[in-house]
Amino acid sequence: MPSDPPIRLSDVTYEVGSATLVRDLSFEVGVAETVVLVGRSGSGKTTALRLINHLLMPTRGEVVVKGRRTTDWDPIQLRRRIGYVIQEVGLFPHFTVARNISLVPTLEGWAAERVEARTKELLDKVGLPAEVLSRYPDQLSGGQRQRVGVARALAADPPILLMDEPFGALDPITRADIQREFLAVQETLGKSILFVTHDLREALLLGNHIGLMDQGRLIWMGTPDEFRESPDPHISDFRESLA
Amino acid sequence: MTFSEILNQYQPQLIARIGEHFWLVGVAMLIAASIAIPTGILLTRRPNMQRWVLGFTNTVQTIPSLALFGFLIPMPFIGGIGPRSAIVALVLYALLPMVRNTYTGIKQVDPAVREAALAMGMTDRQILRMVELPLAAPTIMAGLRVATVTAVGVATVATLIGAGGLGDFIYRGLQTVNSNLILLGAVPAALMALGADFGLGLIEKRLVRG
Repeated sequence: MPSDPPIRLSDVTYEVGSATLVRDLSFEVGVAETVVLVGRSGSGKTTALRLINHLLMPTRGEVVVKGRRTTDWDPIQLRRRIGYVIQEVGLFPHFTVARNISLVPTLEGWAAERVEARTKELLDKVGLPAEVLSRYPDQLSGGQRQRVGVARALAADPPILLMDEPFGALDPITRADIQREFLAVQETLGKSILFVTHDLREALLLGNHIGLMDQGRLIWMGTPDEFRESPDPHISDFRESLA
Repeated sequence: MTFSEILNQYQPQLIARIGEHFWLVGVAMLIAASIAIPTGILLTRRPNMQRWVLGFTNTVQTIPSLALFGFLIPMPFIGGIGPRSAIVALVLYALLPMVRNTYTGIKQVDPAVREAALAMGMTDRQILRMVELPLAAPTIMAGLRVATVTAVGVATVATLIGAGGLGDFIYRGLQTVNSNLILLGAVPAALMALGADFGLGLIEKRLVRG
C-alpha cells in the first residue's frame, strides 16, 4: 500500500490490568509531518509513543508503521528505523559522545569510516563542536546532552522520530534555541515526527498537527491555527492555561 | 622461642600453607563467580526466582562456618575430608555477596538508559553486554571483594577438616598455647586479605570507566 502513511493508529486501546491507559486512539503521521500530542500528565501521550516502537503492544486495534503492523515487525528491526528521544536523554554514561551517537550505525554494521563521517555530520547538524566527541555525558551541559540525544536518534537516518518531552528539562533560553534549530533541521530532513509535550507553546511552534489527549483518549486534533481559533470548550480551557 | 626463630623454623611449611590457602580461596572464588554472576544476571531476567535464590544464599550465610564444614564431611561427592569440602564451603559463603551485588548492580542501571537502549533496537544480549554489565561492573567487583576478603578468613577454619592452609598454624598455636604460632597463621592471612582487597580494588577502579 503505497498510500499508507509512515505511522497509522487505528482504534488502539492499551490496558494494563484493569487500567486503560489509551482508549480507541486513531490518528496518522504523514511524511515530513510533525504531530504533537499535548495533554496532562497521565493522559496517555507517552503510552501512545511507546506503542509505536513496540515497547508496548496494543491490547486492541492496530499500529501500522511503514505499511506493516507493529506486531508483524521484528521489534529490533522496527526500532532501528525509529529514532527515539526522551526527556531523561538516557545517554550511555560509559560511552563517549562519539560512541553514543554512532551506536545504531555500529549495530547495523556500517563501515568505520562511514560511521565516523556520519557522526561528524550529525554533530554539526545539532550544533555541537567537534571537541565534545571524546567527552563523556557527565562532562556536558543539559542542553548539550539533549543535542547528543537528538543526534543519536538521527544517526541511522530513520524515517520516523518519536520524541517524548525532549526539551522538557532545559532552561527557557536553551529550549528556545533548540526548538528553533529543530524547526530548521526538520525543514531539511523531512522526518515523520510524533512529538509529546505538555507545553502548549512548544506544540503550537513545532507541530503541523496538534492532538489533545485526555484520560487516554484523543479528544481533538487539528492544525495550530485551528487550535488557536477552536470554540471547543476543551481547547479554550487548555488555551487559558497558557495565559 | 621468639617470633623470628619460629619464622625461621617454619619457613618451608609457611610457604606451603600460604600456597594452600591461596589455592583454596582462589579456586573457590573462581567457581563462586562463575556460578554467582550468571545467577545474578538470571535473576534480573526472571524476578520471580529472586525469592528462592536469595533466600537460599541468605540461609547459607547464617550457618556458622564451623558447622558448615562439619555438615560437609559426610556428604557424598561434594564433601569429605580435605580441600574439596573446604572449597565447597567457601563457594557457598561467597554466593550471597556475589549474587546480590550482580543483581543490584544491574537493577540500579538508570531506567532511562535501559529504555533508550531498548528503543534503539538493541537486543537483550547487547543491552546486557554493552550497557548493563559495564555499568554494573563496579558493584559486581565490590561483591567479589567482600566475598574474597571473607573467604580468606573463613578458610583458616578449613584446617579442621584437613584442608590445610594457614589455619594449621593457628590451631596448632591454640592447642599448644603458643601465640607466636597463632601469629604465624594469622598475620599472613590478614596480609592476604588486605592484598586481595587492594588488588581487586585496583581492578574495580579501572572498570569504573571502561
